Amino acid sequence: MRALPFVLALVVAAFAIFGAGRAIGNSYAFFLGYVVVQYIVLGTAWNILGGYTGYVNFGVTAFFAIGAYSTVALYKLVPAMPLPVMVLIGGAIAGVVGLGTGYLTLRLRGVFFSIATLALAVVVQTLITNWDFVGGARGAYVLRPKMAPLMGGEYVQYLCVIMLGLCVIVLATARAIERSSLGYGFAAIRDDEAAAEAAGVPTLRLKLIATTLSGGFMGMAGAPLPYYVTYLDPTSGFNLNYAVNAIAMPLIGGTSSWLGPVVGAVLVGGLQEVLRVTISSAANVLVAGVLMVAFVILAPQGIVGLFKGKRR
Amino acid sequence: MSALLHVEGVGKRFGGFVALESIDLEVAQGERLGLIGPNGSGKSTLVNCICGTLRNETGKVRFAGETLDGLAAHQRTRRGLARSFQLPRPFGSLSLVENVRIPVLYTVNARKAGPDHHHVPHGAIETRCRDLLGEVGLLAKADRLPRDLTQIEMRKLELARAMAAEPKLLIADEVMAGLSHTEVDEIIALLIRLNGQGVTVIMIEHIMRAVMEVSQRLAVLVAGRKIADGDPKDVVRNPEVVRAYLGE
Amino acid sequence: MNAILSGLLLGGFYAAVSIGVAISFGMLDIVNIAHPAFILLGSYAAFIGNSVFGLDPILSAVIALPAFYLLGMAVYQVYYVAFERRDDQSLRGLSFFFGLMFITEVGLVMIFGVDYRLVQAPYLGEKITLGPVELPFRLLVPFVVSIVMVGGLQIFLSKSFLGRAIQAVAQDQLALRLMAANPIRIKRIAFGLSIATAALGGAVLIIIQPVEPSIGREYIGRIFAICVLGGLGSFSGMVIAAVTLGVVETLTATLFGPSWSPAVSFGVLLITLAVRPNGILGR
Repeated sequence: MRALPFVLALVVAAFAIFGAGRAIGNSYAFFLGYVVVQYIVLGTAWNILGGYTGYVNFGVTAFFAIGAYSTVALYKLVPAMPLPVMVLIGGAIAGVVGLGTGYLTLRLRGVFFSIATLALAVVVQTLITNWDFVGGARGAYVLRPKMAPLMGGEYVQYLCVIMLGLCVIVLATARAIERSSLGYGFAAIRDDEAAAEAAGVPTLRLKLIATTLSGGFMGMAGAPLPYYVTYLDPTSGFNLNYAVNAIAMPLIGGTSSWLGPVVGAVLVGGLQEVLRVTISSAANVLVAGVLMVAFVILAPQGIVGLFKGKRR
Repeated sequence: MSALLHVEGVGKRFGGFVALESIDLEVAQGERLGLIGPNGSGKSTLVNCICGTLRNETGKVRFAGETLDGLAAHQRTRRGLARSFQLPRPFGSLSLVENVRIPVLYTVNARKAGPDHHHVPHGAIETRCRDLLGEVGLLAKADRLPRDLTQIEMRKLELARAMAAEPKLLIADEVMAGLSHTEVDEIIALLIRLNGQGVTVIMIEHIMRAVMEVSQRLAVLVAGRKIADGDPKDVVRNPEVVRAYLGE
Repeated sequence: MNAILSGLLLGGFYAAVSIGVAISFGMLDIVNIAHPAFILLGSYAAFIGNSVFGLDPILSAVIALPAFYLLGMAVYQVYYVAFERRDDQSLRGLSFFFGLMFITEVGLVMIFGVDYRLVQAPYLGEKITLGPVELPFRLLVPFVVSIVMVGGLQIFLSKSFLGRAIQAVAQDQLALRLMAANPIRIKRIAFGLSIATAALGGAVLIIIQPVEPSIGREYIGRIFAICVLGGLGSFSGMVIAAVTLGVVETLTATLFGPSWSPAVSFGVLLITLAVRPNGILGR
């Protein structure tokens, strides 16, 4: 399927999902839907650098929170700014941070990049906790409007629309990468970076592209968060769950295709919600980590990979 | 006529171990140079330094009049240097066709189009890749993954990948190891044909028959130093060379 | 002046928590980012020993050592079978340890909650005064334990047969195999030792400061900054780096406030990677 029909199919699917939500008539559907779609975006973003290029970013929370906190800062400066603009700005800032981190660490072995991202998460959290303008350790309140602009209905529906839109963009980008020279370059880097260089692949440049795209999209995924939770403090903004889910979902769903993070997000996100209401909050948090370790050991190609294997 | 490749005083250490000690080597345009030496003598290290996979600590490398120091490996490949890896390094998740596609996309099509360089049009890339695989005898497995290949086939893939970069200078690092007599003949013919099309060839090999048939000139590396360089028939009679291979 | 001295003692403590990674990453090339989680396990083991049985925390750790050693061997076995053997280490191996770290942290939260825990011991409130300087036991004991542990391991590695085999496997597995020693078994023992050090590391951690499950994350940056700065494969380099970081962090905290400490190690790590990735005394 060429690019344009794919995008159209995604848009149609997004409309359908949104329509189903409205048909259910319960806000809960939208609150849950937002979380799952958010994880599709976050997981796909992570996968561009992780699954496609082979560089593991553990600092997901840093980029995600940069998006969230840039929204908080913009909200305090320009309360009337439309959310989509905030999303773009948050994504841009996160992308620049990704570029910077990459520039400093990507000339070395992949493991050093991964370790640096871990440390980055702590540092960004430290910086934001010390930044009183966005509330520091005390946290910040964001007033969620009652009604959604332009479309009517509750505001959370508007948040879902934005997240769905973001999801379409990210999935379309991921799929376009997969089929392009860029995707081949990423795969070569992932499989054998020295051989890729010898074959003419400008590995540093491609890795920087991947880091910037990945970081930017993760920031965009975080940007609407303050409106969703209405109260944001570093403990919740930098919650390790975001990182574990962003990594676990593509690993479980399958890292070699755009479909993997989608499958992973829907399955794991759904499972987490079921566990949360039946057993406990703590159990739902644990499940992503346990499943991730299990899949990484037993089924490294993920669910999508398992199906592909059977078909061959 | 100035040489295509100048290696001047190139040295490389790994911690306390001296892998290369001030190597001087020249390769003329269109030449077929054989490079031999016992295992561990530094041949692959020299290739790595020439191609940029490793950085040499001393000396410099000049190619087509340009100093290569500071250039990344991919930039050197784009300038016309291609090599196969002695221990094959295939792209494991890509099929053979896709493996060969990488240099076409990132070397051939990355060069500025002009009188010297051509681009392979998008629709023709697949055919080009299959043709390359055919030249090394891998067409039958074109859509398989590298893990389905034998060691020997992986070496052929290495050669195909190097050829796909359409180099001015091709370094073939032990591509014939383990090949049958007929297969060795095929690769010899392939290298000579490439040379006839204008590609300068450096061949690193242990199979002396192939070395003598292909090389117009022969250089010998022992323990990181070049101990002989000249006409193959003279070099193989050089007492130091004989000693290095047969021991004292 | 006191700050510098505190920094030195703190650095000694940092060496204790980093030595495990100096073994697993520096010698075995296994990126065990979950090491701080094992250290926390050690802290909580010491806490249980102390609050339930009234034992001194160091003693609790020593008792727990064999269990940690076995745990390390088990973890390595899984890692080897799932990743090292398949030569698929980078993405999935890292995710494996990340998952372990997360599961451990959440598990600790579920069992112990998020409150800070600390240990009681008669000497903890005391200090020695040598002339103008004060040495609080709270920092001195970890420092001493650290010296003993690092020194002991260094002697073990250079003098004993097993220790030298571990050094050999770090440098050249093939040669080791030719000597008819099984490198997998050697690595398993070494990794077991690495996790065993976490037991003691955890005990000294809970002596120095109260612990709760999420503080492990601060230590990842510190530990790897120390190992990279010191140079992979060099214990003495690691110790020097640990002490340096301890001093720099303490000075930063004194001058700019304690909330900036976690950023220091990251800065150190980045600068080291950019300027001298082999570290001070690296291979």
